[in-house]
Amino acid sequence: MSEAVLYSLVVGATVGLAAGYLGSIMVLEKMALVGDALSHVALPGLALGVLFNFNPLVGGFAFLFVSAVLIWHLGRVTKLSFETLVGATFTLALAIGILLFGNNLDALEEALFGDITAVGLAEAVAAVIISIVVVSLTKLIYRKIVLGLISEELATSKGISVARTNLLYLLLVSLTVAIGIQITGTLLVGFLVVTPAAAAKTISANLSRYLMLSSIFGAVSAVSGILLSSYFNILPGPLVVISGIIIFVVAIIVRWRLKVSS
Amino acid sequence: MATRDKKDDYILNVSNLTVEFSNQPIISNLNFKIQRGITLAIVGPNGAGKTTLFRALLNLVPYSGKIEWLGKVKIGYVPQVLSVRDIPISVKEFLAFKNESAQDMKAVLASVGLDSETIIGKSLATLSGGQMRRVLIAWAIVDKPDVLLFDEPTSGVDLDSEEAIYGMLRSLTEKNEITLLLISHDLHIVREYSDCALALNKCLVFFGESKEVMHPATQKLIYGEPICKEYGETHV
Repeated sequence: MSEAVLYSLVVGATVGLAAGYLGSIMVLEKMALVGDALSHVALPGLALGVLFNFNPLVGGFAFLFVSAVLIWHLGRVTKLSFETLVGATFTLALAIGILLFGNNLDALEEALFGDITAVGLAEAVAAVIISIVVVSLTKLIYRKIVLGLISEELATSKGISVARTNLLYLLLVSLTVAIGIQITGTLLVGFLVVTPAAAAKTISANLSRYLMLSSIFGAVSAVSGILLSSYFNILPGPLVVISGIIIFVVAIIVRWRLKVSS
Repeated sequence: MATRDKKDDYILNVSNLTVEFSNQPIISNLNFKIQRGITLAIVGPNGAGKTTLFRALLNLVPYSGKIEWLGKVKIGYVPQVLSVRDIPISVKEFLAFKNESAQDMKAVLASVGLDSETIIGKSLATLSGGQMRRVLIAWAIVDKPDVLLFDEPTSGVDLDSEEAIYGMLRSLTEKNEITLLLISHDLHIVREYSDCALALNKCLVFFGESKEVMHPATQKLIYGEPICKEYGETHV
């Protein structure tokens, strides 16, 4: 196994786990499409990184971060849902990103579909550290977010600032999406925060099981996709998605056979 | 109730309370005070400001006037709508939001007539309407509040279960010396299970003993054209 594949597996396992953990909230919030659409917002940042010769992932994260804050603020001001606001902005970001890439089609392809051969020791270490931070911070706000989902009034009455908690959550999603882009590219990274959680929810009757399964499914999807990609020498993104979809289908069959109630 | 004998042991004093949204008054110049340990029913037609009063008491909406909780008071709140059906969460995890002690959970579930062993691991989504309301009552009292604000305690429950739930709520609040403020549309329930009633129709239209709410004249006050009362002594 080459070093590049090994580092990719480390990135895949940790990012998949963090994305599954975070995504479990996104599915509960009925924001699955937000995660998918938000990932495209990274494209202009990636393009600026390529144009001005700095790490494109930093540019991608910066764009995601600024967009998340902007969307959060617009949501508070206009009372429009995250879904509406993200829907209105992500195609614009995609268009700007494609324009900025211009004729640099190789870089555009890498941004859209990911490139695990570009992953080295530094990226692997960064992914592990960022994933640990993301999971730890999400764990701190998880109960607050769930209480806010059960009743925003109730959460507020217990002194929880639902708006601030949502902002922190969006920032953590931005961070996870930014590092996940390496594996699947911007087009498919939304999958990592949505499908593992959807599969876990299908067969979970309590939160702890839901969280655990969502994280495991995220990591397993990413790792098996990368292994298959290295074996068949093709792009990892689609194979990560197909692995995750297989888990999702199995989860549906398990629910159907065992009649898991959730 | 022993607490009702303490004539001057007030727990809440509300004076000149006004709540407005977009310059539209929802509650105007409300004055009342209540004694520790009683059950106060808040009644009134839809849009009368009942839930808004709860929100103001919880400091969730801006208001003018004064809301004074007397002494160190722990307030519990159960809103009318809780979105738990689409969240994979067990009864145990739900109760743990307020109190993680397994012993307290077991005791509180027993006090609402539920078998802890069989229900604690169940997903909330699988509970019947009656079980869900009992779990909600358990949840409301598991962290031992001094005051409980309960918005429509039997919302979505059939009539047979309704009286059982109110009876249980009354015995629990008496036993634990909880001051209960509840919103209800059912005047029969209000008469049977509360000590006093406060009727809102944007402003205070009635405040007195619960048995009076069944009088036709009082019902006209509550559900007719709003005639705001300036009670000299609005306390029970």
